[in-house]
Amino acid sequence: MNAPSKAIVMRDAFGQALVSLAEEFPEMIVLDADVSASTKTADFAKAHPDRFFNVGVAEANMADIAAGMATCGLRPVVNTFSIFLTLKGADQIRNTICYNNLPVVLAGTYGGLSDSYDGASHQSILDMAIMRALPNMVVIVPADAVEAQQALRLALRRDGPTFIRICRNETPTLFADAAPLEIGKLRKLREGSDLTIGVTGVPTSMALEAAECLAVDGIGVDLLEIPTLKPMDVEALVRSAAKTGKMLTVEEHNVYGGLGGAVAEVLARHAPTKMDYVAIQDRFAESGDYASLLAKYGISVQAIVEKAKGLVGK
Amino acid sequence: MNTATKTRLQSAQVLAEKNRQKKTAMLQYLAQKFRVDVFDILHEKGTGHWGGASSVTELLTTLYFDVMAVRPEEPRWPGRDRLVLSKGHASAILYTVLANRGYFPVEELKTFRQLNSRLQGHPCMNETPGVDMSTGALGHGMSVALGMALAARLQRRNYWTYLIMGEGCLDEGQTWEGMMAAAKFKPERLVALIDYNGFQLDGPSNEIMPLAPLFEKFHAFGWNISPTEWNGHSIREILKSFAWVQQQKEWPVAVIYRTHKGRGISFTEDTHKFHGALIDDQNYANGRPQLMKTLEELEAVL
Repeated sequence: MNAPSKAIVMRDAFGQALVSLAEEFPEMIVLDADVSASTKTADFAKAHPDRFFNVGVAEANMADIAAGMATCGLRPVVNTFSIFLTLKGADQIRNTICYNNLPVVLAGTYGGLSDSYDGASHQSILDMAIMRALPNMVVIVPADAVEAQQALRLALRRDGPTFIRICRNETPTLFADAAPLEIGKLRKLREGSDLTIGVTGVPTSMALEAAECLAVDGIGVDLLEIPTLKPMDVEALVRSAAKTGKMLTVEEHNVYGGLGGAVAEVLARHAPTKMDYVAIQDRFAESGDYASLLAKYGISVQAIVEKAKGLVGK
Repeated sequence: MNTATKTRLQSAQVLAEKNRQKKTAMLQYLAQKFRVDVFDILHEKGTGHWGGASSVTELLTTLYFDVMAVRPEEPRWPGRDRLVLSKGHASAILYTVLANRGYFPVEELKTFRQLNSRLQGHPCMNETPGVDMSTGALGHGMSVALGMALAARLQRRNYWTYLIMGEGCLDEGQTWEGMMAAAKFKPERLVALIDYNGFQLDGPSNEIMPLAPLFEKFHAFGWNISPTEWNGHSIREILKSFAWVQQQKEWPVAVIYRTHKGRGISFTEDTHKFHGALIDDQNYANGRPQLMKTLEELEAVL
């Protein structure tokens, strides 16, 4: 794996992908809830005004309009802040989109703590848990701009609903030269036998750095990047856990119901493994710059290193 | 079995009838027949919603037997007119109408709300042929129907999208979000039909959540709403209302139908008490003769 290359703003990349995929997917329609300047759907709106619908600040309405369109053969991509999409639109996503297994793409931007300065009201730390609990839903949490763009294409090819969590901010580009993203497949970023670290989303670059630090201390990390929370790559996950006997999950989400929960569900059944979790410890965060905020709420290279050492008893 | 066969024959006759006066009488009879069938099924199964099913019976019958362009043998025909029954608890009458229209065997109505049935408690589009949208949680229909109507515009199709809402749907905030959006995008051939029976689960709408003045609210929200409120139990009036709809050029369009919850039986009419209550043996014994008397009167004038 190459060293991370230049950072790209993930939401910009996603907005560009909407424009660049417009011809390949003529049935694609883009909807936004008065945040097109933030979600970066504005470029698509300019390029394809007839295929863009700004419904105002009405997330529930937007999700169901998309569902109605999807029943008629269109491929709607629904965009707004992840917290408002997954909470204000939860009934519509559940009862209309998922119950009917409709091909709607739900793009939740400003995922995790990435709307850092706006504070707890805008930070989305439950979205993975909610989306993962919905039958028929596929949940993709890209770690960089490359995965975000590939996730959109994969989602547009599905015959059911897909949630994609998009970060507001710059993220190091990790997968420009890697094999393309696949739904239900994790990526092994590093081989090791002392413990497994499973990571999803933005903290992936932190986990890479932490694994380097741990290697210096003689701790070999089997590092798994898990871009699709659902479906989970059960086989690869179990194989790694069985090898190392220890699992640390790392995510930008509340400690309940996200990656840690998903991994624990799999391992409890197939390969009971000692675990710990790098995640937000069931609390609301606050305003601040993104990196400092992540660190204060327990998501940092240092936190990963410490919890990893705790797991292996060093 | 005999009853079902008899009904199917009459359904075919109704569809084929060219004389409007005769067809009006036939539809009035057919709707009452469906109302009886619903009452029978709800009693037999001990579950389902009588009040709201009975109030929307004539409207659904007219839509599927006179107004809508559909192909029961090809339920997902892309050019079909759509119906979103936002008040999904009226599923029993929707299923009865769809079965008699030929979407699935009438005998299957006996599986209503039972394990392994295609006839779920509330409509499910992936289970039941002819159901265009799953409903049940109230207040979704306006947005969904808007999406379908916008899809028609985007795909250059000319199908109609009909939406049926009750008071419960109009209580939900999402409906008003959808109304604003519909008035913004103005999709052609989007028609909201309001089954305005004045009652909801807990009591009279005026006590639970007053909706008046409903006409003025739709108007203020940018809708072309029929200035006449029609009698939603009179096929003659319902047909007139659709004649009005056909003439409209300003979209979206809405029509209010004055109806009676629990229509057709003295003690279930205009009360919330039979919203979803069990039709027990005593209520069945007392109520069914009233329905049959009306049916026989309608049959006599065919």
